[in-house]
Amino acid sequence: MAGTTVAGAAGTAQHTADPFIVDGVHLGSRLIMGTGGAPSLDGLGAALIASGTELTTVAMRRYSPAETGSLFQLLVDHNIRVLPNTAGCFTARDAVMTAELAREALETDWVKLEVIADEHTLLPDAVELVDATEQLVNRGFKVFAYTNDDPVLALRLENLGATAVMPLGSPIGTGLGILNPHNIELIVSRASVPVVLDAGIGTASDAALAMELGCDAVLLATAVTRAQNPAMMGEAFKHAVIAGRLAKAAGRIPRREHALASSAMEGRAEFL
Amino acid sequence: MNITLNGTVHAVEDGASVTTLISQVTGRNLAPSGQAADGRKLGVAVARNSEVVPRSQWFVTALAEGDDVELVTAVQGG
Repeated sequence: MAGTTVAGAAGTAQHTADPFIVDGVHLGSRLIMGTGGAPSLDGLGAALIASGTELTTVAMRRYSPAETGSLFQLLVDHNIRVLPNTAGCFTARDAVMTAELAREALETDWVKLEVIADEHTLLPDAVELVDATEQLVNRGFKVFAYTNDDPVLALRLENLGATAVMPLGSPIGTGLGILNPHNIELIVSRASVPVVLDAGIGTASDAALAMELGCDAVLLATAVTRAQNPAMMGEAFKHAVIAGRLAKAAGRIPRREHALASSAMEGRAEFL
Repeated sequence: MNITLNGTVHAVEDGASVTTLISQVTGRNLAPSGQAADGRKLGVAVARNSEVVPRSQWFVTALAEGDDVELVTAVQGG
C-alpha cells in the first residue's frame, strides 16, 4: 500500500491512495456494510454515509407495495455499489435461484453467497456452499463466498473460482469478534483472492484486528445498525479499518516476554 | 384469470404479460426493454414456475392460468 492519505472523508475510488480492488473494481473504502437490523431507512442512510462504505449488501425478498421506501434507490442515490446476498438459503438450489433473481433485479453479477446450515447457528453449510459456488461461477457470477474460518475450505472456494472469500470471525450477529485469529491469518497467507472478514464483528477494535491480521476488507451490519448510535459507530468503523490497515502495513513490533526500556540508561544524572 | 403471486391468489387479465403484471403491482410504467419508463431503476425480478424470466423477456412472456409467480426486490439484509 502506498501513501498516508488513506483517510479522505468521501474518498472516491480514483482519489484513494489505497483502493480495495476486487473484480477489477476500485473501491475507496475497505468497509463493506450490511443493511440488516436497521430500524429505519433514514437512520440506515445516515450510518452508511458516516461509515464511508462504497459497497453494501442487500437481501432479496418478496416485493411488498406497502414498503416502497426503496433501499435500492437509497444506495443508487448515494452512489453505493450494491452486493446482493443469498441470506436465508439452506440449499445450493435456493442460493442459485436467489442469485439469478438478484442479477435480474439489480443488474449486477456480484453476489454474496450465503448458504447456511440451520437457523440456530447460521453457520455456512460447507457442502452446499461448495456446490453453489461451482454452479454460480459456471453461470458467470462473481462469487463473494461467506465461509467458515476454515483455511482448507477457503482455498477450495478460491480454486472453484470465487472472486473473494469471506471467513466469519464468529457467528452472525453475535458480536463475539474474531474467535480464531490464527485461522484468519492462515487463510490470508494462502489466498490469492481478496479475503473479507465477515460476521461476528462487535466493535471497532474487532475490525482493526481483522485488518491487522491481513484481511483486505471487513463486512459488518449488526455492529452498526443495532448500535445505540449507528451513525457514530459507522464512523468509528471507518477509522478502525483504516487504522488496522495502516498498522498491518507499518509492521508491528514483536511480542516479548520481558520489558524493554525505551529510554537509555546511559547518561543518567547521579544523586549522591 | 387467476395466478399465484408471492404465495397468494392474484387476478390478471387473460393473456396478460409479465410486463403488465409488474406495472399493475408496482404502479410503474415499463418500456418493452423491461426498464422503467421514468428512467429510474426498477429493482425487481420475476420467477415464473420456478424459472427466472429475464427482464428482456417480460414483454413477450404471457402468463397462464395457475402460474406461480414470485416478484422480488432488494430489502435490508446481510
